[in-house]
Amino acid sequence: MSSQWPLWEIFIRGQHGLNHRHVGSLHAPDAEMAIRNARDVYTRRNEGVSIWVVPSNAITASSPSEKGPLFEPSNAKVYRHPTFFDIPEEVGHM
Amino acid sequence: MYAQLVKSEGAKPREEMTPEEIAFQERIDRGEKIEPKEWMPEGYRKTLIRQIGQHAHSEIVGQLPEGNWITRAPTLERKAILLAKVQDEAGHGLYLYSAAETLGVSRDELLEKLHSGNMKYSSIFNYPTLNWADIGAVGWLVDGAAIMNQVPLQRTSYGPYSRAMIRICKEESFHQRQGYDIMMKMAAGTPEQKAMAQDALNRFWYPALMMFGPSDKDSVHSAQSMAWKIKINTNDELRQKFVDQTVPQAKYLGLSIPDESLAWNEEKGGWDFSEPDWSEFFAVIAGNGPCNEERLGARVKAWEDGAWFRDGLMAHAEKAEARRRAARVAAE
Repeated sequence: MSSQWPLWEIFIRGQHGLNHRHVGSLHAPDAEMAIRNARDVYTRRNEGVSIWVVPSNAITASSPSEKGPLFEPSNAKVYRHPTFFDIPEEVGHM
Repeated sequence: MYAQLVKSEGAKPREEMTPEEIAFQERIDRGEKIEPKEWMPEGYRKTLIRQIGQHAHSEIVGQLPEGNWITRAPTLERKAILLAKVQDEAGHGLYLYSAAETLGVSRDELLEKLHSGNMKYSSIFNYPTLNWADIGAVGWLVDGAAIMNQVPLQRTSYGPYSRAMIRICKEESFHQRQGYDIMMKMAAGTPEQKAMAQDALNRFWYPALMMFGPSDKDSVHSAQSMAWKIKINTNDELRQKFVDQTVPQAKYLGLSIPDESLAWNEEKGGWDFSEPDWSEFFAVIAGNGPCNEERLGARVKAWEDGAWFRDGLMAHAEKAEARRRAARVAAE
């Protein structure tokens, strides 16, 4: 049995002006082939104007079990949202 | 229903669940999506690997009966369309394999299990496509039945599976329409062409009904899969919906459904219809359908014949990487 091609994560910019967005993954021998394969697998209907490929093992992810402590600090800071402040109606749009 | 007989593992009454399992079930009940690295019961993981894998295998093996007609399509336009459709099936297989791999199974392992017969694919692809009308019938009925099952699965609880289904559903209605378009052309053609269309419907009707899997009363694993939201509707619900949708479409074509018991049931607001021959279904699933050997043989041959090419690309990639590394070292 031959060795499996490495796994790549695929990011596609859907339109000019938008961020690249994760769309899925695929196997390819190298970055160049990963881009070619991504073209065929993820943009058969003009879904993109640009492709990024990243080796899956190069991605470091936050741990799901630490979700609470990791994001908790911002939960307590409701004043970061503009709706925290009451602006009198006569002041107008702000 | 591209996954017809998925054994569900770890069904447990709530009072026997661990606190972790209860918390997990509550997340699903709230409609939360489960993502790859999060805790999940082993049974959920195993059942999903089986289901997504079976689904992926069906997309890949499903290319064979249609690929068979690419070189013999009646016009260049039909040929280009069929080629695009078969390419989509390859893409669908790849989205699904990737989703399965997030559960900790490798691509090689999944392919090995398909090739050795340890994992199944949909029974429908073990029937032959004898002529061009069959390509119409496959698009209309087989992709039609697939859509029936896949649309609700967009809401499935496992994030990567749900996202794959959303992509697939966007592309799938092209498939059904191209099939119906072929059927319209044939049904409105010469008497011989219309007879071919009717013959294709006759042969594909019951195999298409089998795609939804055994009747609910014989479907022992449904309850756990439904609790986990990796199955959204029962087999019989989907089969009924498919029949209700397809009967008027056949009528428009001027073709008749090969079922003498087909009758409108005012009370349930749907059609009564005959069950397929379930002994045939179990025989085909067990490997004794008309094309099981041919399909798996073609699949294994393609994999083995492509080995030198996969290895060659990998060797090229490794050499190029070594050259780049050497150049970097030299530059420093």
